[in-house]
Amino acid sequence: MDLLNALVALTNFVIVPGLAYGSQLALGALGVTLIYGILRFSNFAHGDTMAFGAMVTILFTWLFQSVGLSAGPLPTALLALPFGILGTIALALVTDRTVYRFYRQQKAKPVIFVMVSLGVMFMMNGIVRFIIGPGDQRFTDGERFVISARTFKKLTGLQEGLAIKTTEALTVITAVIVVAVLFWFLNKTRTGKSMRAYSDNEDLALLSGINPERVVMYTWMIVAALATIAGVLYGLDKSFKPFTYFQLLLPIFASAIVGGLGNPIGAIAGGFIIAFSEVTITYAWKKVLNYSLPDSLAPDGLVQLLSTDYKFAVSFAILIVVLLFKPTGLFKGKAV
Amino acid sequence: MTETMKHTLLFVFVGVMILLEGMTDFLFFSGSWNSALVILNMGLISAIMAIGVNIQWGFAGLFNVGIMGFTALGGLAVVLVSTPVIPAAWSSGGVSIVMALVMGALTVVAAVMITKFMPAGKLRALVLAVVLIAGFFVYRAIFDPAVGSVEAINPALQGNIGGLGLPVLLAWPAGGLLAAGAAWLIGKTALGLRSDYLAIATLGIAEIIIAVLKNEDWLSRGVKNVVGLPRPLPYEVDLQSDPSFVERAASWGIDPVTASTVYVKAGYALMFTVVLLALLWMAQMALKSPWGRMMRAIRDNETAAEAMGKDVTRRHLQIFVLGSAICGIAGAMMTTLDSQMTPGTYNPLRFTFLIWVMVIVGGSGNNFGAVLGGMLIWFFWIKVEPMGILLMELVTSGMAEGSALKAHLLESASHMRLFTMGLILLLVLRFSPRGLIPEK
Repeated sequence: MDLLNALVALTNFVIVPGLAYGSQLALGALGVTLIYGILRFSNFAHGDTMAFGAMVTILFTWLFQSVGLSAGPLPTALLALPFGILGTIALALVTDRTVYRFYRQQKAKPVIFVMVSLGVMFMMNGIVRFIIGPGDQRFTDGERFVISARTFKKLTGLQEGLAIKTTEALTVITAVIVVAVLFWFLNKTRTGKSMRAYSDNEDLALLSGINPERVVMYTWMIVAALATIAGVLYGLDKSFKPFTYFQLLLPIFASAIVGGLGNPIGAIAGGFIIAFSEVTITYAWKKVLNYSLPDSLAPDGLVQLLSTDYKFAVSFAILIVVLLFKPTGLFKGKAV
Repeated sequence: MTETMKHTLLFVFVGVMILLEGMTDFLFFSGSWNSALVILNMGLISAIMAIGVNIQWGFAGLFNVGIMGFTALGGLAVVLVSTPVIPAAWSSGGVSIVMALVMGALTVVAAVMITKFMPAGKLRALVLAVVLIAGFFVYRAIFDPAVGSVEAINPALQGNIGGLGLPVLLAWPAGGLLAAGAAWLIGKTALGLRSDYLAIATLGIAEIIIAVLKNEDWLSRGVKNVVGLPRPLPYEVDLQSDPSFVERAASWGIDPVTASTVYVKAGYALMFTVVLLALLWMAQMALKSPWGRMMRAIRDNETAAEAMGKDVTRRHLQIFVLGSAICGIAGAMMTTLDSQMTPGTYNPLRFTFLIWVMVIVGGSGNNFGAVLGGMLIWFFWIKVEPMGILLMELVTSGMAEGSALKAHLLESASHMRLFTMGLILLLVLRFSPRGLIPEK
């Protein structure tokens, strides 16, 4: 019975939050990695693109809520999501046309692109703060839990409760669907294949008649959609605050690099590696150990390896270790 | 008009702007000498940071987005050097904390040695894991109780290990050293890889430094802040009660309160100018020397430089450390100016990316450009807010009183800053990528 309790506590505090956070990171890292693979630079504006997408979705959510539209037990934000995606796609395409295309034609060095993306980051950050303000916004509605701790305890008679938030379940399900569609697109459709060809060898792709501007356009559309979905899921699960999205940049980059920049499968794996490391290292293991160890061995302290304030340090440490020993990432990315 | 003439005029323009700030309250100027000197002082510090970044980016093409972290380390140096010694803290746990840190460092060194000298294989992985895990637990076992006892000492005012009680001016070079040490560690791992990786690694180290400063209360009181740091100049209140100062102020026809505040700020401005000029001179000499030419050769074509027998990675590490040290000095100066250490106020947009805008706008590769960019962009950073409010008042003047949109626009005007800075950066990168004062 005690072992079962330990298992439930572990699921409740580590596995479920880790899965949800990992899915959010994976979606974010997929966007970064696609930009890297096709446009060949690290997009520092990605966190703020996520914030922008989430913001547009929030505005539509509020509109729907005010006219009484709702998705029943699911959050209204799901209905607003397509509009958020459209808005972000528009922004991404306008940015590409006005900003990035010039440097592409000039064949500028990657580091110039990175710098330009800094400027874009500033402007997007400014726009988001200008429209919705720098504060915290909550926009989650609908049913709060798929299963709450109390019902779980009643059902099983265990001491430990297991709570699964609707947003957590939703995050994982959405991520699975999005990733499946993305891989189908990249592997089976003509456009997806041309994107992969362009990413593998630009010159060869150009020779075989692939239009680079079209490839770039599709990439931005996909990245905008991914960023919006990741941003909205993160906002639903935690809360929306522009600065938090900027800070997400570090774990997202860490995920993409750990998996191998430019490699979509690596981005997903990296997202979960980073998420689970953060959660397990900053989790206080006392409860789980108390259940699973005999009384004589039960720990006195919290058995927390690092305080939660250092979760950035965890993703960073993993990043450094990977850079030192396997600079191309676990799944063979493009970058050296 | 010659180049030199044009560049001098640009500097004159910044000077006139700051003078106008002091003299007139027309449009967005405030007409207060205090505010003009505040802008000037932070402008000088920004110029020093811009020189540091320019050395890294303009000389060597290194992309460092962790400036905030090095600045904060400079601030930490002020606390550690200048605050009074707390003997109780040292007798109760300070020594153990130092021992624990040494222990942690030794563990890492041992791990590095093991990877270097043992043959690769399962045995090495096992030994490595055992050393790291054992080291971590020993470290925590010494560290945790020591921290507890240090933080228990007079927690309302101290609760940290205190400083060395040395003159605060010594903290400036100390800040540089601290930042240089951090830069060496990060450069050792990330240099020699792709340029983007250095960017991401520095971004990460900056966040971690801030996280440490916020949470390690034994070090610099964390978010409880250290206030009332020693100052190199007298306090305004003391000046106001000094009869000879009051008399002199009266003979100039200024009231003692204004006179004392302006006196202190002008004193800082003088000190900062001296540091700025010294660093500018050194940077200029370095740029002109064979060493500077080698750096630019490496920047322009790494492969060719390597073929000529230059050790690119080592040179990169060297310049990365130097540039970061300058940022550390500037950070220490800033904390001295504020005479308080507030880790909560460090924000990457303000302390990292703004400095980048300064360097790019001023002209990367040119030290004078960096100084100009630092002063100019700082002036606009301060003044964009009143400008934005003026603009919004103009835009909304036709709207009905009390409409929600008008209220929102007026309220959000202060967020124009980031947007404007991004716009300036993009415009300069696009239309004048060499900046206001281009590299020669």
